[in-house]
Amino acid sequence: MYVAVKGGEAAIANAHAWLAEERRGDASLPEVGTDAIREQLTLAVDRVMAEGSCYDPDLAALAIKQARGDLIEAIFLLRAYRTTLPRFGASAPIDTGAMTVRRRVSATYKDLPGGQVLGPTFDYTHRLLDFALAAEGLTPPAAAETDPGEDAAPPRVTGLLAAEGLMAAEEASDAEPGDLTRTPVTFPAGRPLRLQNLARGDEGFLLSMAYSTQRGYGNNHPFVGELRQGDLAVCFTPPELGFEIEIGDLVVTECQMVNQFHGSRTEPPQFTRGYGLVFGRTERRAMAMALMDRALRAAELGEDVEAPAQNEEFVLSHSDNVEATGFLEHLKLPHYVDFQSELESVRAMRAAVEAERQRAPAQAAARQFETEGAGG
Amino acid sequence: MSAEPNDERRRADDERRRWMGILARAGAAGIEARLAETAPLPPHTRLRGPETGLVMVRGRAGGDGAPFNLGEMTVTRCAVRLEDGTVGHAYLAGRDRRGAELAAALDAALQDPVRRPALLAAVVEPLAAKQTEARAATARKAAATRVRFLAMETTR
Repeated sequence: MYVAVKGGEAAIANAHAWLAEERRGDASLPEVGTDAIREQLTLAVDRVMAEGSCYDPDLAALAIKQARGDLIEAIFLLRAYRTTLPRFGASAPIDTGAMTVRRRVSATYKDLPGGQVLGPTFDYTHRLLDFALAAEGLTPPAAAETDPGEDAAPPRVTGLLAAEGLMAAEEASDAEPGDLTRTPVTFPAGRPLRLQNLARGDEGFLLSMAYSTQRGYGNNHPFVGELRQGDLAVCFTPPELGFEIEIGDLVVTECQMVNQFHGSRTEPPQFTRGYGLVFGRTERRAMAMALMDRALRAAELGEDVEAPAQNEEFVLSHSDNVEATGFLEHLKLPHYVDFQSELESVRAMRAAVEAERQRAPAQAAARQFETEGAGG
Repeated sequence: MSAEPNDERRRADDERRRWMGILARAGAAGIEARLAETAPLPPHTRLRGPETGLVMVRGRAGGDGAPFNLGEMTVTRCAVRLEDGTVGHAYLAGRDRRGAELAAALDAALQDPVRRPALLAAVVEPLAAKQTEARAATARKAAATRVRFLAMETTR
């Protein structure tokens, strides 16, 4: 049966007008500008760029404002926008070894070339609310500066271990990676597609799954070999030029997790790595990604695949918060016809049971008990 | 003796690559401020754009392994032609259309060996110095947060 679904236009228009008013809040207070969001809510902007899978701080700030601070809604807006743009091509793989380091710490070596550089971190703060921030107009004192000396770019910690032969080397490859925004993922997906999926996966999901490996659901004993954050150049070769140019800079965070590996028939005992690389400064996300990368390598390293975090299909199919939100939130849209048919079928079943009971009360009761027992 | 023109070509490409990288980071306001200090750019016509699209940014597994797709970034490009037929290109991160057109016009003008020295001195080098200083300031702030471990006996 076809049901007329006209109506509701006025209600929808009025709902959206009220939404705009609510978004603005108390009109006697200054409106927050997208430039203020970009400069002051930087980690929210970074998360939206990472999960929106589109690096553009101004667009991410606009999306956050439009979404009233709902970051998943903002991510959805950014993903929708990117579909309107043509793709010019792919960059050369970024060189994280050459970044201008803002932060670089290692939990495996106290003294290492380049040292422990804390950067602008929340670590070692007391997590006490700072009421001074509630008073406006305070300009913080300028950050201290020191001559960095003659240091070259700090070497990678994984390189130090690899030099001793204690770290499994990465496969040297320039293979063209698959792209899950162009081709639906099939399983087994392989590591490049897993890394793309994790890099844009929901931070809460990645955090929980990574935490599950630490609590024993998946064999993992990780150390933060190195965490680094900073600016690096993006290089691209326009076909009409035929040579590579720098098109700008990105801020990224990279995490190298070092994990023990007991060896296999072909590999000696050594360390293996889990790798996290994300847009922006969201360090928790880079660490969670690195734990998940290592957990998902279980099969290729000959380990038992037992825990959810080691299950490629489970993780990759549920990490995307735009997909998850779409499927979850569609439940609130009109299902009037679907539900009408359910309603009629439940009514019909109840009538049948009732008719049965009136014919043979004892028999019907026994049958219903059996059904409930089987269902539970 | 074909190596010589090739070397020449490579040197020219390297020089061009350098100014394109500097102009890509400068932004319309930064370029306009420098252009105010120099002779006007020769007139140009637009061949393509300025138009905004995406570049897929790639990383490597483990930092040095197989490439993977990290995520896209917005990029704006522009191609222009001067009256003498020289074509200039620009590709820059973000959505600065005015900046892309100015960078493409400058790229075309900079290919003229007569105009080049003045434009390098008035526009490119000051922008490069500003960018180098911004990177150096970041490095100095980072250096101030480098931990100096003290052995217990030295703190007595």
